[in-house]
Amino acid sequence: MKRRTALKLATALAAMSIAGASFAEGTITFGAVGPKTGPLAGGAVVTHFPNIQLWKEEVNARGGLNVGGEMMMIEVIEYDDQTNPAETIKAVTRLATQDNADFILAPYSTGLNLAAAPIFDRLGYPQITSTATTDQAEALHAQFDNIFFTLGTNSDIVGDAVKILSDLRDAGEIGNRIAMVNVADAFGIELAAAAKPAFLAAGFELVYETSYPLGTPDLSPIMKAAKAAEPDAFVAWSYPPDTFGLTEQAIIEELDVKVFYTAVATAFPAFGDRFGAAAEGIMGIGGVNTASPEFQDYAARHLEVTGQAPDYWASGMMYATLQIYEQAIEATGTLDREVITQYIKDNAFETVMGTIDFDENNNNNEFWTVGQWQDGEFKGLASTGREGAVEPILKSGWE
Amino acid sequence: MTPNYGKELSAGAVLLIIAALLPFASDGYMLSIGVSIAMYTVLATSWALFSGPTHYISLATAAFFGVGTYVTGAGIDLLPYWVLLPLAALVGGVLAAVVGLATLRLSGVYFVIFTLGLAEMIRQCVTWFQNQQGHKGTYVLTDLTEAHIYWQLVGLAALVYLIGWLIQHSRLGFALRIIGDDEQVAAHSGINTSLSKVALFIVSGAVAAVVGAIIAPRYVYIEPAIAFNPMLSFQVVIMALLGGTGRLWGPLVGVIPFTFLWEVISASFPNQTTLLLGLSFLIIVYLLPKGFVGLLQKIRAKTGGFA
Repeated sequence: MKRRTALKLATALAAMSIAGASFAEGTITFGAVGPKTGPLAGGAVVTHFPNIQLWKEEVNARGGLNVGGEMMMIEVIEYDDQTNPAETIKAVTRLATQDNADFILAPYSTGLNLAAAPIFDRLGYPQITSTATTDQAEALHAQFDNIFFTLGTNSDIVGDAVKILSDLRDAGEIGNRIAMVNVADAFGIELAAAAKPAFLAAGFELVYETSYPLGTPDLSPIMKAAKAAEPDAFVAWSYPPDTFGLTEQAIIEELDVKVFYTAVATAFPAFGDRFGAAAEGIMGIGGVNTASPEFQDYAARHLEVTGQAPDYWASGMMYATLQIYEQAIEATGTLDREVITQYIKDNAFETVMGTIDFDENNNNNEFWTVGQWQDGEFKGLASTGREGAVEPILKSGWE
Repeated sequence: MTPNYGKELSAGAVLLIIAALLPFASDGYMLSIGVSIAMYTVLATSWALFSGPTHYISLATAAFFGVGTYVTGAGIDLLPYWVLLPLAALVGGVLAAVVGLATLRLSGVYFVIFTLGLAEMIRQCVTWFQNQQGHKGTYVLTDLTEAHIYWQLVGLAALVYLIGWLIQHSRLGFALRIIGDDEQVAAHSGINTSLSKVALFIVSGAVAAVVGAIIAPRYVYIEPAIAFNPMLSFQVVIMALLGGTGRLWGPLVGVIPFTFLWEVISASFPNQTTLLLGLSFLIIVYLLPKGFVGLLQKIRAKTGGFA
């Protein structure tokens, strides 16, 4: 029995090495690093890894990428960084020096991308991020020439949310009273810090304001206090667990507001699935042009190949970065990373998120900032230059 | 005895020089593993300096490491980098002194639980402070490369070995060994047990804080969850115990195989890393209850060697 198992293993290994050898001839190796375990794994399995699977299967199904006349298949080597920057750095280095990857896809999240930036820079790989937001694109570009940002800046995410509320107030749709809460962790603190002065400058009154630690299991006191303050709008700079938790509590308390905003993960399909009709009218970070045929087509393929729907914020952007590689490789007909990087800097790309054209700081200036659940889809309300924004609707009840 | 001192020290110096040459021989891959090894060597050795003789299991490494990370994170725009390292040592040392004075009376499991909570408590304090300030992301942008970070860690390792060696050959080291054997006997012999323990805890805390300060530029962007990762505390303890805490070089022989084992697991089984790591722990504890140091001693005893 033991011997048979060993034999099977040996056969499998031999088969794998033969397959590997025959592939090596005309393949392009992409390295992929992301959290499969640890606190950010939940987001990465929605936004990061399924897109890689989808893209690889699609490209290989049509015979690979055309590199200067030769059709080359795509091979992907994936590593788990356990949501630990030291592991991200090690995995990227391993991909470059041991696996000889032709390209390495940018890691997942702001923190892990920035930890990997010096290594991408030193090893000479372009790093096209899709899940990092930063207000420091210029300083980062000065330090790391080959890092690209697509998902936008925190200041625009906050600025547009404030603007939507201001417009609704000026139109007489909502009153002046805002309840604002935030998760006391990096991103939540940063967004709340930018939002508070912006709301006050816009003439709003903050009738309730508090923060809660990451991982707070019982959010009901917060929602009760917010309700008691009788706000017209409720804004939460929240992370995935509390985005769900606060919405849950708002339903229980029947929080009577005309605007209900939660931040990260509001754009996840799981959010819409979980709350169904109660999600109608909830706003959050992100959004896409759900009416665009390109996005609709992409979403259908995503569902078919990976068995799950893409999220309505960074998923499309992640796929767009893969399209950028694809177009740059086919247009230049080479795998030379320097040539590819320069091409990406100099050209515009047609993607599922629309045209992406990087500025002099390798920054994509046209991105979605605020979205809203309308008719079962999380539609873009505001962006910095994208087409297809819909008009906001008021939140009316929780059924 | 005395001539042996020179021999020990010069052997250490030679090994150190060899370690420092790694960046010239590596394509970056070995260097990134080297940084891991150097970092955990410093952390595990300084941990064992305190926990080895006293048998107090401290899970506070992540707390000190995180504090050091934030010293660099907060100070990089205000102070020259080289001032930050001693500053981190100072902050880590003071924190260790406060914590040590308050808790080293606790024994056994109470001390373990307190140190485990310490990292979380400091993390919450940092977050609370940032929340009050309306903090805008901590970026550490420097020109320091992986090789620079590696050399700093190797230098710090040398310092830790020197301190450890000096302590072992001092009255303090002797006192600590007695405390480890029987604290009451030590107290009755006139040893100030709490002062001795606190002194060692300060060394261990200060070193872990400096490691955090050195690593911060490597992470570029500092978040509380990353700086105060409790996994770090556990890994340090596991590596030190795998090596053995009875000898100064014990943790090193735990860190090196552990790092390579971890590397093989993450490279070959990216979807089962945590599972396989857990299995390895079980096997290690079962087969090597006294660490590699214990194993070597057993082999020597069996072969009738000179142990």
